[in-house]
Amino acid sequence: MNTASAMLQPIQSDDIPLSERGPAPTRVVVAYGFWLFLLSDIIVFAALFAAYAVLVTRTVGGPSGSQLFNREHVFIETACLLASSFTCALSSLAIELHNKKYTYLFSALTFVLGIAFVALEFIEFTHMIVAGNGPTRSAFLSAFFALVGAHGIHVTLGLCWLVMMMAQVANFGFTARIARRLLCFSLFWHALDIVWIGVFTIVYLGAR
Amino acid sequence: MLGKLSWAAIPLHQPIPLVASAVVIVGITAVLVLVIYKGWLPYLWREWITSVDHKRIGVMYIVLALIMLMRGFIDAMMMRTQLAVAAGSAQGYLPPEHYNQIFSAHGTIMIFMVGMTFMVGLMNFVVPLQIGARDVAFPVLNSVSFWLTAAGALLINLSLVVGEFARTGWLAYPPLSELAYSPGVGVDYYLWALQIAGVGSLLSGINLTTTILKLRTYGMGYARMPIFCWTALASNLLIIAAFPILTATLGMLLLDRYLGFHFFTNDFGGNAMMYINLIWAWGHPEVYILMLPAFGVFSAVISTFSSKPLFGYRSMIMATMSICMLSFMVWLHHFFTMGAGADVNGFFGIMTMIIAVPTGVKVFNWLFTLYGGRVRFETPLLWALGFMITFVIGGMTGVLLAIPPADFVLHNSLFLIAHFHNVIIGGVMFGAYAGYTFWFPKAFGFTLHERLGKAIFWCWLIGFYLAFMPLYILGLMGATRRMQHYSEMSWQPLMVVALVGAVIILLGIILTVVQLVVSIRARQSRKVGGDPWNGRTLEWSISSPPPSYNFIDLPQVSAPDSFWLTKQSDKPISDQHHDPDDVTPPTIPSPSAVGFVTAFFAVITGFALVWHIDWMAIMGLLCIVITWLVYAWRNSDDNEVSSQTIETFDASSAKSQTT
Ligand code: HEM
Ligand SMILES: [Cu+2]
Repeated sequence: MNTASAMLQPIQSDDIPLSERGPAPTRVVVAYGFWLFLLSDIIVFAALFAAYAVLVTRTVGGPSGSQLFNREHVFIETACLLASSFTCALSSLAIELHNKKYTYLFSALTFVLGIAFVALEFIEFTHMIVAGNGPTRSAFLSAFFALVGAHGIHVTLGLCWLVMMMAQVANFGFTARIARRLLCFSLFWHALDIVWIGVFTIVYLGAR
Repeated sequence: MLGKLSWAAIPLHQPIPLVASAVVIVGITAVLVLVIYKGWLPYLWREWITSVDHKRIGVMYIVLALIMLMRGFIDAMMMRTQLAVAAGSAQGYLPPEHYNQIFSAHGTIMIFMVGMTFMVGLMNFVVPLQIGARDVAFPVLNSVSFWLTAAGALLINLSLVVGEFARTGWLAYPPLSELAYSPGVGVDYYLWALQIAGVGSLLSGINLTTTILKLRTYGMGYARMPIFCWTALASNLLIIAAFPILTATLGMLLLDRYLGFHFFTNDFGGNAMMYINLIWAWGHPEVYILMLPAFGVFSAVISTFSSKPLFGYRSMIMATMSICMLSFMVWLHHFFTMGAGADVNGFFGIMTMIIAVPTGVKVFNWLFTLYGGRVRFETPLLWALGFMITFVIGGMTGVLLAIPPADFVLHNSLFLIAHFHNVIIGGVMFGAYAGYTFWFPKAFGFTLHERLGKAIFWCWLIGFYLAFMPLYILGLMGATRRMQHYSEMSWQPLMVVALVGAVIILLGIILTVVQLVVSIRARQSRKVGGDPWNGRTLEWSISSPPPSYNFIDLPQVSAPDSFWLTKQSDKPISDQHHDPDDVTPPTIPSPSAVGFVTAFFAVITGFALVWHIDWMAIMGLLCIVITWLVYAWRNSDDNEVSSQTIETFDASSAKSQTT
């Protein structure tokens, strides 16, 4: 009984363990939740990667990766995406400083580089499809288009999101809520980069 | 214009689906007319449909689960009656193509719309209360999750009226589920319904995980969380890790069916076994997503009704988390017959048996909790005791199936059906009922009728044994699953026993409805205060039903079972504010129609995709996007609870608790 009531005394010191300090601020909660979402998204990609690994040899008489991929093309694509991640990080800095001008500037650069990436991918896909090597050609190509296409769709959606965020910054300024959304966007954008590095190494560099 | 949709989709020539859909349509219309006629619609819209309160959403999840339980059970009754008669020359009343739809719909509905929905509902209602939070981390998202689940349920049931459902079993294995062998819309209904409901589950998993990890009240370290919260955490982590695999796998099958991809086709290098592997990489964790929260319910119930702290609290956490990890390493036991070789099969067999160890730890912890306790045999405890016996039997037949050579004989037999119903009814359903009876008074402020509650328990227990023990024997006699007719006359007596068991379960389900009606009508005399069971955790420290903001001041916690400790000491709970000077008024998010509207358009999109009505699908998707854009442009979302509301609530709950 005594220990029980002693334990009930309010604790006020600063050395309370992190896990006992009560609810986290909204910013942390939102970023954390979004992180979990990104993890789940990465698991979707993991499943697509697994499918690709299983089916990569199933070309059924059609072309294989090394016959199809143009490494230079993909290298430029990759450079665009990585550079866009860099400009995205710069715009995060501008957002932290509440500097609208630089936020717009770096976000615009991010957008242009992102569009370039999507366009290059689009060109690659259309070339392949026109040549009769679309996703219906073989299980290998099905897996390729699904994996790379899923990433491309993510990038495209990210670009739409970016445009919307800029409109929101113009409209609302850097309020706490807008800042949280911008934070989530940058997490998303960097996560797509990580996935792409996987795609680049496994699909393009690993092509046989 | 309307894609594949035509009048042929309405089952005008098949009496059974026609009557069934007529009954459903008449029923829904009747409910709608009643609601509108009585003028309840504004109230329902304001207080429930647009509510983002985790308690309301939890209740709606459970209502959905109970309705879907009826639907799934009707399917089960149809199968049991068919098999009781269709022996020898008798063909029964269900033609094979209809029977195949029934077991597929039964399995899909029972797992996704009953098991998942019930457990997510319980977690939604209980977890924030137990960790001392005012709501979940993302209340509006929570409403979206619920309504997406409801949208999936609606699509599955729509297939009864317009078109057909899958005939491919609840996991839609290819190549059967590929376009070449299932050209109809059944598989498409299955796929889109599960994609929509699956997104709902994933979002709710993220939401609850964030809630548990980031919104615990002052002092609630990990080693002070109620075990139910731990099992909820494990279950939601599994949702985050497993549901994306389901989404990706079903997505690949959709690409095969809609765009001519070759992931799982027989030709062009597709690999059907890859689907089986992927789907079970989700599927086995899924059974623990269902089971772990039930373990948590039993832990809460057993320690409450033994008036003792849970025995081995820390070992319970360890066991929960090791089950969480191990559940990802056993998926291959669902297809030992794939022929992966002795080494692989041996590995997965042994991993499966290892899961029995933490589970055994749990069972012994519960036994030792009961041992020497002041045990009160209230209804929730009966469910827990019934569970412990039934689940152990089911677990043992599971270990038996984990032995690859034995599995080669028993695979796809009725023995397997008996095994998984043994664990899923004895575990998940009993847990759902235990949690429902246990937390009902917290949600509504009055208790459920006890005698009827006990009758329901005995119906389910006896009915379960009669319905499923014969299936073990039938399985050993060689009866296979998914079988619409058999020529072996010696199986019939056991099939009839199984039907009798199902009828007794039916009685239990009917009594569930009766109990609800009786209890609601007698609610004035059944009123209880905040703590009807002499509870141990924070949810019992506030009034029943709790105010929308749950806690005026977030409580300070210093041990597991903190509320129990407070009751032992003479200090009232209200003295325990972390800091009396720092009482910021609680804020609660305002209601939002985003969830309902999103789900509405999701149903339209899903329906359009099933029938290949392109313009309608695009319109539906656009409407969802617009909904979200409008929502993103709102100006504020949180309402501060005015002190007047708090006073009104205090006054009214004080009044109701003295009467
Ligand atoms: C309430 C009493 C229940 C009865 C009488 C019942 C009966 C049946 C029957 C007769 C089958 C078909 C077996 C066969 O293939 O020959 C079946 C399959 C199945 N049941 Fe139940 N069931 C019940 C509850 C549940 C519950 C609560 C769940 C899950 C939460 C469930 C999940 C399944 C699944 C997944 C299948 C497999 C469907 C397939 O073959 O694809 N059942 N059940
Ligand atoms: Cu399993």
